[in-house]
Amino acid sequence: MNLAPRLNRREVVTALLADRGDLLVVAGLGATAWDVASVEDHPLDFPLWGAMGGAAMVGLGLAFAQPSRKVLVITGDGEMLMGMGSLATIATARPRNLRIAVIDNECYAETGRQRTSTAFGADIAAVALACGFPHARTVWEADEIEPLRADIHQRDDLFLAVIKVALSDDPKALPPRDGAYLKNRMRAALLGPQIFSE
Amino acid sequence: MRHWVHDIYEVFRAQTVSMVSYVPDAGHVDLIKLCEADEMMRVVSLTTEEEGVAFAAGAYLGGKRAALLMQSSGVGNCINMLSLIKTCQLPFLTLVTMRGEFGEFNPWQIPMGQATPLVLSAMGLIVYRVDAPSEVRDVLEAAVSLAFGSYCGVAVLLSQRLIGTKRFVEEK
Repeated sequence: MNLAPRLNRREVVTALLADRGDLLVVAGLGATAWDVASVEDHPLDFPLWGAMGGAAMVGLGLAFAQPSRKVLVITGDGEMLMGMGSLATIATARPRNLRIAVIDNECYAETGRQRTSTAFGADIAAVALACGFPHARTVWEADEIEPLRADIHQRDDLFLAVIKVALSDDPKALPPRDGAYLKNRMRAALLGPQIFSE
Repeated sequence: MRHWVHDIYEVFRAQTVSMVSYVPDAGHVDLIKLCEADEMMRVVSLTTEEEGVAFAAGAYLGGKRAALLMQSSGVGNCINMLSLIKTCQLPFLTLVTMRGEFGEFNPWQIPMGQATPLVLSAMGLIVYRVDAPSEVRDVLEAAVSLAFGSYCGVAVLLSQRLIGTKRFVEEK
């Protein structure tokens, strides 16, 4: 029985993005975008500053457009709950190269720490499985992070992982917030500089 | 199949729109069938329409062109997600089959149908409306060029006059 999550979100995200290679990353708005930015400001990251509920679907579009690349969506429990229907859409579409990591602190940390449904038992991994995800799991312990990182690169199918993390006061690490810049930067890094003259 | 539906499909093919997402509507039935029968197209059935906005954004980030097919009632579901399009100057194309206008029988369709062009404009999209079958190809070609050439959101409203008014009861 797990009572209170103990993992530190910054340590989790840093570990998941270690040796990332050519991994493409979409980060949901708020704390997960700051987590990703705290690791580095990477051109193959697309951190959202809005569009709540849309991170997983941005990931689906990217995964279908780039079938030879692995796409990792890192988002929060509140953001994923808002787009929960997209888990059914994604399970049906079944992109083998998409993986979703839900950093679950069981609250809306940005807006006053109001508890989300996951604090009361809503199980996002179980929802994903019920929607038809071939694999989903919930991670509580530090020794489960490295196997998850390996899965991101090696598992040849869609999956979702919920990582239960403690509430924490983390130093602000803000990614660039100019959406057009973020878009152009990722496309240039992924598709080459000719995108600007097409 | 109505000829203008085939025109839309041909423009998709010619302009390399290769990813299509939709919440179905009677007016989109034949276009969805054409796209699903095409091995070169990825077709995704959505739970709710705003997913299609985010999906199109991801597709473009990855170098592909997507279109969202929906009914006018779905436009309201998209409002906040359309922030992506304007903020990121993303090309975005949606084809909206209209309800709640010309000859509508269902009063529940009127509010969103009437608000559809206003809502899309308010979120920064350029809105075209098509009433005549002969205009569909030209308008769609212009919409695709505008969206992907000028990095903006474009909605093409396929009017109830074009697609035919839905009838729930036999006329006497």
